[in-house]
Amino acid sequence: MTAIYKHELHSYFNNLSAYVFGAFMLLFAGIYTAVMNVQVGVANFEYSIQAYTFIFIVTVPVITMRIFADERRQRTDQLLYSLPLSMSKIVLGKFFALLTVFAVPVLVMCIYPLILSAFGNVNMLSAYATILAFFLLGAALLSIGMFISSLTESLAVAAGVTFVAMLLNYFLSNIADYLPRTAYASFIGFMLLIVLLAFVIRQLTKNTFVALIVAVVGEAALLMLYNVKKPLFTGLLPDLVTKLSLYEAFQKIPGGMFDIASIVYMLSVTVFFVFLTVQTLEKRRWS
Amino acid sequence: MIEVKHLTKKYGDFTAVSDLNFSIETGCIYGFLGPNGAGKSTTMNIMTGCLAATEGNVIIEGHDIFEEDMEAKKLIGYLPELPPLYLDSTPNEYLKFVAEAKGVAKADIPAQIDRVVELTGLQDYRKRLIKHLSKGYRQRVGIAQAILGNPSVIILDEPTVGLDPMQIIEIRDLIKKLGEDHTVILSSHILSEVQAVCDTVMIISHGKLVACDKPENLEKLFADANTVELTVEAGVQEAEAVIASVEGITSSSSEADGEGRTRLVLRTELKDEGDDQLCRDLFFAFAKAGKAILQMTSAKASLEDVFIELTTKPEAPAEEKAGSEAAAIADKLAGPAEAKEAHN
Repeated sequence: MTAIYKHELHSYFNNLSAYVFGAFMLLFAGIYTAVMNVQVGVANFEYSIQAYTFIFIVTVPVITMRIFADERRQRTDQLLYSLPLSMSKIVLGKFFALLTVFAVPVLVMCIYPLILSAFGNVNMLSAYATILAFFLLGAALLSIGMFISSLTESLAVAAGVTFVAMLLNYFLSNIADYLPRTAYASFIGFMLLIVLLAFVIRQLTKNTFVALIVAVVGEAALLMLYNVKKPLFTGLLPDLVTKLSLYEAFQKIPGGMFDIASIVYMLSVTVFFVFLTVQTLEKRRWS
Repeated sequence: MIEVKHLTKKYGDFTAVSDLNFSIETGCIYGFLGPNGAGKSTTMNIMTGCLAATEGNVIIEGHDIFEEDMEAKKLIGYLPELPPLYLDSTPNEYLKFVAEAKGVAKADIPAQIDRVVELTGLQDYRKRLIKHLSKGYRQRVGIAQAILGNPSVIILDEPTVGLDPMQIIEIRDLIKKLGEDHTVILSSHILSEVQAVCDTVMIISHGKLVACDKPENLEKLFADANTVELTVEAGVQEAEAVIASVEGITSSSSEADGEGRTRLVLRTELKDEGDDQLCRDLFFAFAKAGKAILQMTSAKASLEDVFIELTTKPEAPAEEKAGSEAAAIADKLAGPAEAKEAHN
């Protein structure tokens, strides 16, 4: 794992992408701090961070697009497969290198509250908790980007799909507001989701029978639940969509509440997508 | 020792490798020969753990590549069809990464890299970016990567494709040198290469092993198809009349080239004294008839003939166990050989 980690880190710094990424992150962090804290005169650094999270929409696709897509494009994935390293070690080595590159600008940002404290009363605890949450949010989004990169061998596709995924994630709670809140609408929405799930199962396993069973059992259970506990469905879909948003989970922390559930959610998303990446790469050997 | 048992690989409905069986002894150079799409690369990818098989096992010195992949992979050095190089790094950096990933002890890494760099002749290119290296040198970096960590088995997929003649000779010499203390398996669709380098040739066609033997043995199997080509200063009928008086010709074809010459292709059964006797007989027969022989060449069946014969018949001999006797193959080949003669 250390060999992969060192090699990845070396290539991030060698081809300048680590510098460009760090500089871009810090440039916007600086602008937001200058505007929100210095110009407007607010002492809360967490507000700057909160406003600044949109930066991931741009930076995550750029830094993660190469991670596996480029290995496949250059056929170096064959080397990785033939080395005596397990797939999880390869993925973790790469992911930790990515986190290290991301940690550099975050560490620099840790100085900002100290600088600001020279001019006013900064709530240090809240500021640093937000920086930590910012790092975890970034890690979760980077793991999504890495997963998308493992699906394709085209850098453009990896970057494009990740960009859309980041955008969707950012606006997920806004989208949820437009969803109708009636029980019936949620019911229809879930029905469609079950069909979608069955379709995905069909695509992944090439097993129509299992997919059909999932669809039929799922729809039947949903119908029963809807008839028995109709009030449960009121606003269920929009609430669920809002809950899924990583940004929504993050928002609570700059608000002054160190929400353990949010932290756990961001960590679980990270672990989940790292796991999915390992599975995707394992699966490729079997196809 | 590598054992491949009942190896099958299917891509959807397409069967790339079908029930392949062979075993490879330690310390020889083996050549995988087959036309494009015969399943050479697929087999090699499976043997190195890059690809999973649909069915069957690959056992490398007692370690199953699917069950104990870490142990098995440590014993193998693999150069895929396209050398897997990080173009933005230098050979030094790249080899250091591979050595670390292969788990070479930290203290041994510099010495190991020096050794493979010297073997592959990369001394002057250690600090250049790989993207600035020519194809031949990239191939060398790929080979250097494969032999790092001193694996007992080295698998090279088409190691000389796209190289210039000088480089091909150098790479072949390198492979021969490696064969002295490693088991080397290489694939190729170039016959002369396999003939020049390998101790044992395995011919694969349509995902099946159709022959496995020493190159000279394979040629002998087809020695009954020896041919003599000659051009004589005579009309077709005159020439055929002369040939009729010569013994030992099993079939002949002739064509006039329009300038009073005739080109003949004769086939003969192999006799103990070889086909020299036929040439001698032909010479005296034509001399007696007062016709000049302008050109005469006798050709043994080359590995090329064997290859074409074996790989153009999809229904031809099924898989053959490695190391089996030449006679067994000869029996199987009798069918197609006869068919060829009848055709003539």
